[in-house]
Amino acid sequence: MGQVLGRVLSKLWGGDKEIRILILGLDGAGKTTILYRLQIGEVITTVPTIGFNVETLTYKNLKFNVWDLGGQTSIRPYWRCYYANTAAVIFVVDATDRDRINTCRDELKEMLNEEELADSALLVFANKQDQPGAMTAPEVSQTLGLVGMKDRSWSIVACSAIKGEGLTEGLDWLVEVIKEEQL
Amino acid sequence: MSYKKNEDLDSGPGGAVMDKMTVFQDCIAGFNSSPIQPRKCRVLLTKLTYLLSTGDTFARDESTRLFFSITKLFQHKDIALRQMVYLVIKELATSADDVIMVTSSIMKDTTVGSDVVYRPNAIRTLARIIDASTIQAIERLIKTAIVDKHPIVSSAALISSYHLLPVSRDVVRRWANETQDTVLAQKAFPQAAYGGAAGGGLGIGPAGPASSFMTQYHALGLLYQLRSHDRMALIKMIQQLANAGSAMKSPAAVVMLIRFVARAIDEDRNMRRPLYTLLEGWLKHKSDMVNFEAAKTILEMRDSTDTEVSPAINVLQLFLSSPRFVSRFSAIRILNRFAMIRPHNVNVCNIDIEALINDPNRSIATYAITTLLKTGNEASVDRLMKQITGFMNDISDEFKIIVVDAIRSLCLKFPSKQASMLSFLSGVLRDEGGYEFKRAVVEAMFDLIKFVPDSKEDALSYLCEFIEDCEFTKLAVRILHLLGEEGPSTAHPTKYIRYIYNRVVLENAIVRAAAVTALSKFSLIDDASVQESVKVLLTRCLDDPDDEVRDRAAMALRLSATEKLIAKEYLAPESVPSLGALEQQLILYVTGGPDAASVAFDISSVPFISKDQADADQFRAKTMATLPILGASSIDSGSGAGSGGVSPSKTPANIGEDYAQKYASSLAKIPELQAFGALIRSSRPVPLTESETEYVITGIKHLYKEHLVLQFDVQNTLPDTVLDDVSVIANPSTADDGTEPFVEEFIIAIPRLTQESTGTIYVAFTRPSGEEHAYTGGIFSNTLRFTSKEIDPTTGEPEDEGYEDEYQVEDIEIGVADFLVPTYVGNFQHMWDQLSFETSETYSLAGVSSLSEACLSVIDSLSMQPLEGSETPLQNATHVLKLFARTLQGGKVVALVRMAYSAKTGVTLKISARAEDERVAHMVVGGIA
Repeated sequence: MGQVLGRVLSKLWGGDKEIRILILGLDGAGKTTILYRLQIGEVITTVPTIGFNVETLTYKNLKFNVWDLGGQTSIRPYWRCYYANTAAVIFVVDATDRDRINTCRDELKEMLNEEELADSALLVFANKQDQPGAMTAPEVSQTLGLVGMKDRSWSIVACSAIKGEGLTEGLDWLVEVIKEEQL
Repeated sequence: MSYKKNEDLDSGPGGAVMDKMTVFQDCIAGFNSSPIQPRKCRVLLTKLTYLLSTGDTFARDESTRLFFSITKLFQHKDIALRQMVYLVIKELATSADDVIMVTSSIMKDTTVGSDVVYRPNAIRTLARIIDASTIQAIERLIKTAIVDKHPIVSSAALISSYHLLPVSRDVVRRWANETQDTVLAQKAFPQAAYGGAAGGGLGIGPAGPASSFMTQYHALGLLYQLRSHDRMALIKMIQQLANAGSAMKSPAAVVMLIRFVARAIDEDRNMRRPLYTLLEGWLKHKSDMVNFEAAKTILEMRDSTDTEVSPAINVLQLFLSSPRFVSRFSAIRILNRFAMIRPHNVNVCNIDIEALINDPNRSIATYAITTLLKTGNEASVDRLMKQITGFMNDISDEFKIIVVDAIRSLCLKFPSKQASMLSFLSGVLRDEGGYEFKRAVVEAMFDLIKFVPDSKEDALSYLCEFIEDCEFTKLAVRILHLLGEEGPSTAHPTKYIRYIYNRVVLENAIVRAAAVTALSKFSLIDDASVQESVKVLLTRCLDDPDDEVRDRAAMALRLSATEKLIAKEYLAPESVPSLGALEQQLILYVTGGPDAASVAFDISSVPFISKDQADADQFRAKTMATLPILGASSIDSGSGAGSGGVSPSKTPANIGEDYAQKYASSLAKIPELQAFGALIRSSRPVPLTESETEYVITGIKHLYKEHLVLQFDVQNTLPDTVLDDVSVIANPSTADDGTEPFVEEFIIAIPRLTQESTGTIYVAFTRPSGEEHAYTGGIFSNTLRFTSKEIDPTTGEPEDEGYEDEYQVEDIEIGVADFLVPTYVGNFQHMWDQLSFETSETYSLAGVSSLSEACLSVIDSLSMQPLEGSETPLQNATHVLKLFARTLQGGKVVALVRMAYSAKTGVTLKISARAEDERVAHMVVGGIA
């Protein structure tokens, strides 16, 4: 009896529906590390992703379908193949890489202009906070030009995938937004 | 999760016709939907596989769209779905763009535990999507998989490596140790154990016999490819594995090993004895397929002795009475091939083979009969012919053709039996049958007429009878042509005129035209009454309703009124254009565009060849077709990078092939050589280096009237070096009187030979002038000279500084063979009697182990045409070889070689040559040493 009720409840809460999330960002930003830190809670050794990794993870009773797409220049053009039906984009920025922060901004801008992503929420991770000289979240937010963005739910969280700091905060925000907007 | 047989599939792919675009749309929609429905997607993927495997293709953009939508299925964990995904990606890998996108996902699947059912699928797919730039990323992964404890994983990795060879040979080569270990690791394929552990309940299905050691086969195949560049390593591998005894568990692997052995024997004579012992051992192997392969290999060995072949024959003989069709079939087929060349060795099986004539399986029966036709001595031919006549009525046309072909080659071999064979052929010609069958019979009779002069009259009259009631226009035309060619020279030409004219009255326009042409040839006969009656008949043809017929008749009449010589020129020309060259020139003319079409086609650009030569070409083509190609069965080298089959220079059959024609056009393009006039003769290419060296060089000799051109084809096999200013210094030997007969004119060098490419160098000489030097030969010692420059790996450009280097290659000899052109002649005895000057010499060839080997080497070193099938010795102890050739000036020379063989002394031979010119006879006799 309880089981049945549980199932009905979970249906109400969208438990069966899979929520599609993309993790994007330049190469070496830490996307794959974040994905597996979230899924299995460990730091794994990664190699540059040629293509993509896809994993299912459950967080706060929600089932996420997380796509981690490779960030190399040669692979970025294929991101668009995976935009459809995306609830949220997690954009990972290497906060220590000041040289390429402008490239980051351009890629982000181009991506957000896509029709298919018009309704998706945006969570930016300013990763690698464990390293000295990392930009802070406001700094990154400023450079990426997030502040003026009005037509989209967005948030920026400073994090360190290696240490596991900041990831849950970011995800918590994401869950709230998704529950609010899409369920 | 459980797997049930899916009803949708049963009625789906096999039954209903599927529309490509509907499937495409369904797939795109189904794969992009969320959440994924694995069962539905599996059905869609199955439909897609079905379409792809039945030949449907998708355009590049469609394939790419399909591919990207399929990548979305990676989010689902369903095992069976994942397997289907891999199958389809493998199919799409070549037609879609950017398949590299699944690399990461696949690599993740290949690193899972070896009990996961889709791991082998992932490995196999990985090999299809990887390219040379990314192969290094998967190196470790493949290496681990090769030595995986699970045979299916291991096999998948081995096969993938094999497919990766063309992608990057160097990387795959580094996996040799792992491969080597796997060959002897003895991993038994499980029968159906794989799926259980994976939790999917997916049995592998009937995976063959309980103890299949397929991995061994796969590993051996790869190992061979990896070692194929190193002959010593290969031999070592063969010996090691052959002596591994019971460790070679897979019969398929043993069969493959036998094929490697065959190739090794073929390439290196010194290995023959030890390797033969291995083959003999395999004849007693417990697996049938190994027995067959070993027997086949032994029988296909070049110049095998009777003692060597007899164990193989005995094994095959036992299989002839096997209860299994397939065994009987394999055995009789192998014996049949062997009987073509060495009938006397197969004699022992005759009783068993006779039992197979009435085999319920028609293929076996046909092979049995055709084998008997060859193994039977002349006496038994008649009896067999009788047996076949009864047999012919209940077999289909295609088997009849096999029988007719067998009889045809028999005719050429036993000319004395022509009467009974001819009556058999004329008998079957009267039977019911389709075009192909009738054509085979007519061809056989044509051959008889051409090559067995005694049969001419009879055969012609049978053919005349046949065209009286022939429903095939093509055949009637060919027969009429032949009557025109042969009729006038027979004893009673008038007899044929009647048959031919009947056709003019009764047949369709095409046949009538052919008949008129044939008729016109009779007007050349030196008999006024015949000429007069032909004229009358031709005049009647002028009223024919068809213009072609009228034209031909008018022309023939006009010619018969002119001088005889001119008429002959047109009606029965001495020389005909070389058809191959004519075709080539016409194609050039037709494809030449408007410029070429503005001038008329120049027939004088086509070389004309004499009738004799055309006949010889035809004869060669015929005997080639009836003889099976000897030598090791070629091993499919899959990657296309293998060392290739038997090198052509070793096959005796292509001696005298018209190399001049082959090279003439490329030589004519070189301005410096044009001044030399027409090319008279080109030799066949001779390797001047071992085929594994850094620079592989072949030499070809081209003879002009007053000049000699040596052509060197140089191949630079080094991957990282370019050669500049490549030339060959060819030094002619000095003659006995101290003069240098050949004077160098010029060298055309290769300015730059890039890595792994081929170029051509020409060195031109003036030949010694004057009649007394017409047959002066010489030896050229050759040195390759070049500047070697390494390629800078960072820029890919060759470095500026190089160093000069020289490389000694083998000598080229201008000898007897270069002054003779093998030519066919119908009647050896006649030619022998005609020529006056005779000389002879006796030789002893100690190193030669059989008569057939001696024959080949004599034919090869003299470049003369063997006649009357004398190139194949029928007995072991003695043989007579009959040869004919023409000199470059057109003089005739015949040679009669009597040889005897004994195990102690090898082959002793006496060669007698007759020629018009004393020097030619001496040259031929002296040419064997």
